[in-house]
Amino acid sequence: MNLIKFLDEFTTENLTKKGASRRDAFSTFSSLGKKAAIAAVPFGMATLSNKAKAATMFQTDNAVGALQLALTLEYLEADFYAKALASGVLSSNAKAEAIYQQISMHESAHVNLLKNTLESLGENPVSEPTFDFTVDGNFDPFNENNSGNEVAYAQLLILAQAFEDTGVRAYKGQAGALMGNDDLLTAALQIHSVEARHASEIRRLRGLEGWITLDNTGIPDLGVAAANEGVEAVYAGEENLIQGGVDVSTLGSGSPFTAEASSQAYDEILTGDEATAIASLFIAS
Amino acid sequence: MLRRSRIRLTKLIFIMKNKNVKVESFVSKNGNKRRQFLKMSGLAIAGSGLILSCSDDDDFTEPTPDPDPNTFDLGGGDLGVLNYAYALEQLEAEFYTKVVNGSYWSGAAMEEKQILEDLYNHEVNHREFFKAALNANFDAEVVLPESLEFDFSSVDFSNRDSVLSTAKLLEDTGVKAYNGAGKLIETAAYLVIAGKIVSVEARHAAAIRSIIGNDMDDFKLFAGDDIVDPNTGLDGAENPSVIINAAGGFIVTPFTANQLP
Repeated sequence: MNLIKFLDEFTTENLTKKGASRRDAFSTFSSLGKKAAIAAVPFGMATLSNKAKAATMFQTDNAVGALQLALTLEYLEADFYAKALASGVLSSNAKAEAIYQQISMHESAHVNLLKNTLESLGENPVSEPTFDFTVDGNFDPFNENNSGNEVAYAQLLILAQAFEDTGVRAYKGQAGALMGNDDLLTAALQIHSVEARHASEIRRLRGLEGWITLDNTGIPDLGVAAANEGVEAVYAGEENLIQGGVDVSTLGSGSPFTAEASSQAYDEILTGDEATAIASLFIAS
Repeated sequence: MLRRSRIRLTKLIFIMKNKNVKVESFVSKNGNKRRQFLKMSGLAIAGSGLILSCSDDDDFTEPTPDPDPNTFDLGGGDLGVLNYAYALEQLEAEFYTKVVNGSYWSGAAMEEKQILEDLYNHEVNHREFFKAALNANFDAEVVLPESLEFDFSSVDFSNRDSVLSTAKLLEDTGVKAYNGAGKLIETAAYLVIAGKIVSVEARHAAAIRSIIGNDMDDFKLFAGDDIVDPNTGLDGAENPSVIINAAGGFIVTPFTANQLP
């Protein structure tokens, strides 16, 4: 077994290379419909939509940018769960409703916490975007177009899963930007693990395991190309088996070291750009 | 206290006579010649039991300045955090190894059986990861011994409630431990990996809590108000000293965390 030292794997050069190739792959997704979240934005920010601003303002190599990205994702989740509970779609399912209530309470608390934190740092919290959870009318998670409770319920659960699994990966991707500020880093980690609890429960409510196997989405064909691409983006890279330069499936034999178990045992990060592109699918303005 | 140290040292010398153990002084990163580490010819520090089983020979007279000079200390900085995580993962892996070899598991409903088997898989994988990572990056004598001894006599592995409540305790504790240790990590790459692991521990905690609960109030147990603050939406975070103290009932092989908060 030839173990490469951790630090060698994380040289600036390697990170840059990896980041670049992932971004290339991602531009394919982002150009599919929703106006390019990652595309280069010219100067003259005043004319840009919130969406384009959201895509470019998160200089996520710094703590404030990381917090603004986190706040945007929490806005999205908080709005989603509030609308889900108000829609009545869950009212015939006591278990699902109780789960959504608990998650909704946490996401609203996260919004407040992040806004207060940014203000205490002397920063203006990013304003709440207007969200479109129908993705341009393609979905009906709140049964607003009378698609029926069954269809709406399935879509509610799929969206929640995608948002929670995205949240886990996005917070993880920002941890490095918060290093050096112990309070911010610890609070972000404390939110991060709550998102993971949510993700596990929603996945299990959908009949999946609480953890992610390889890059399996566990989500069926949604019939809309941009949505399918978005789902794939949520799980892209989760199949990774290399941790700190070591292929963890080679560290032993038997059931703990299958590719499946080795991928389940570690969640992967999303970069700020990747997380923003996913969120942008649901940002109307 | 003094008598305890003397007994330990006596035993140590006894072992040294028989196993050809060298005691070498170790100079830590900051140059302090703080403590001594054992170096055995070709052997890992056979850790467990070394210090625990006390002989009553009283032929050792020299008092020691350090309260526990021969107890393994996890160390400081990244080394300390990685050793700490390795200890916790050893604890979890050992627990689930006993679970999947126990009679509750073999007769459990399919869903519970699958969840516990997955948790066994993940924790064993984590344990071996930390072992590999530590040995690739640090000298063997500062790496925590690989077979810490644990005492699970308080757990009835034939009983569902006993197994699941212990699993819940260990998973929730693991989450708090990683959340609290993040700020102690000095290298970004290690922080990211700790993040990759802690979210899986949180997924475990939620799943175990979920299968424990079965009525209306329990539907929220996966992230219940007892573990996630309902006002802030924050999970727990604790320093190593708190966690090691909390897990102390399971840990037989003594070690210290003098350089961690």
